[in-house]
Amino acid sequence: MADTIGIWVAALLTLFIFSFLYKDNPLYKMAEHLFIGVSAGYWVSYLYQNVFKPNLYNPLFHQGKLLLIIPLILGLMMVMRLFPKIGWISRWSIAFIVGITSGYYLITYLQTNAVDQVRASLLNFSQINNIILVVGVLSGLIYFFFSAEHRGVLGGTAKLGIWFLMVAFGASFGYTVMARISLLIGRMQFLLGDWLGLLH
Amino acid sequence: MRRQIPLAITLVVGLVMVVQYFVPHKPVGNLYDLFNTWAIVIFAFAIVLGVGNLIKIHGDRIYRLERGWGYSVLLLLGLTVMIITGIGWGIEPGTSFFYLYWHLYVPMSSTMFALLAFFIASASYRAFRARNFEAFLLLISAVLVMLGRVPMGKALWGQFPVIADWIMKVPNTAGQRAIMIGIALGVVSTSLRIILGIERAHLGGE
Repeated sequence: MADTIGIWVAALLTLFIFSFLYKDNPLYKMAEHLFIGVSAGYWVSYLYQNVFKPNLYNPLFHQGKLLLIIPLILGLMMVMRLFPKIGWISRWSIAFIVGITSGYYLITYLQTNAVDQVRASLLNFSQINNIILVVGVLSGLIYFFFSAEHRGVLGGTAKLGIWFLMVAFGASFGYTVMARISLLIGRMQFLLGDWLGLLH
Repeated sequence: MRRQIPLAITLVVGLVMVVQYFVPHKPVGNLYDLFNTWAIVIFAFAIVLGVGNLIKIHGDRIYRLERGWGYSVLLLLGLTVMIITGIGWGIEPGTSFFYLYWHLYVPMSSTMFALLAFFIASASYRAFRARNFEAFLLLISAVLVMLGRVPMGKALWGQFPVIADWIMKVPNTAGQRAIMIGIALGVVSTSLRIILGIERAHLGGE
């Protein structure tokens, strides 16, 4: 019984959201607002059970790890952002988060996105594909080099870089389209199969 | 004081994160673990801040009976019910929270993204009008990748999957790699500017 009600509610909400294809309407707005509320509630509950409880509440109040008072205070300081008069207090916690993210990304991006990618591009030129790949990487990088005007040889190479980038964007776009279409097929299967029972 | 302490915090924490990569032993390694645990908790508070802001905005809307306040009631109702069930009785399968997650969150979330399939179709039309060579490359690459990845493409011509694989492995990898290296250089320079206090936008005005 509960499952049947659940499927009906899910089906109606699915139709409410699809009604936006006709035009913006109260049913869509209802589903949209409910979605935002439910999503936010989902994340709060998820964080409470998976972050606050095992990383803060239990160690601090049950295991006596008093040092955790510091992130608790910094976290509460961040929430002070909601009150404009004392909002500046949140800077300390924001500074901590920004510092930790900057330090972490500085190393990981340098390692995985720069050094490792350059290393992977150091290929021998015995295969035509390797030549195309290396030329593509170099010309793409030259396109991102803005310290000199893109003229002459530099301009021509940058143009070649754009072509490689356009192929990459096209491939990504193709994948995005397919992902969205597969989600649409999933919703249609739900409506026609789980809800109406027309698919077997 | 309002600026110096946050700048000092960013410098110390940022340096510890960088140094621990080269010196993963005590005491830097321990500091790294400690800061990571703290960061997980503080990051979670950022979500609390976002939800608090949501409550504030929609609470105000209801209080002032602004146009569309009924939708705000629905939003806060969904939020409250999810929080009470999730914190009160857990989030495991079989709980009331999981029931709501499965019958409200999952269908609405996937429908919202499925809706984009229609809008992406019109965006494709605009993007794929081959007005110049670059647009033609975008068009041909997307079409070949799509045809190579669906059964219909293989049924039409057996070489479509081979071509799609080649596009993904060679020119796509080259383009993505150039983007990744470019982003990495940007992230490294911006991170350095932030850690050294040259970039201060995150601290706001005043």
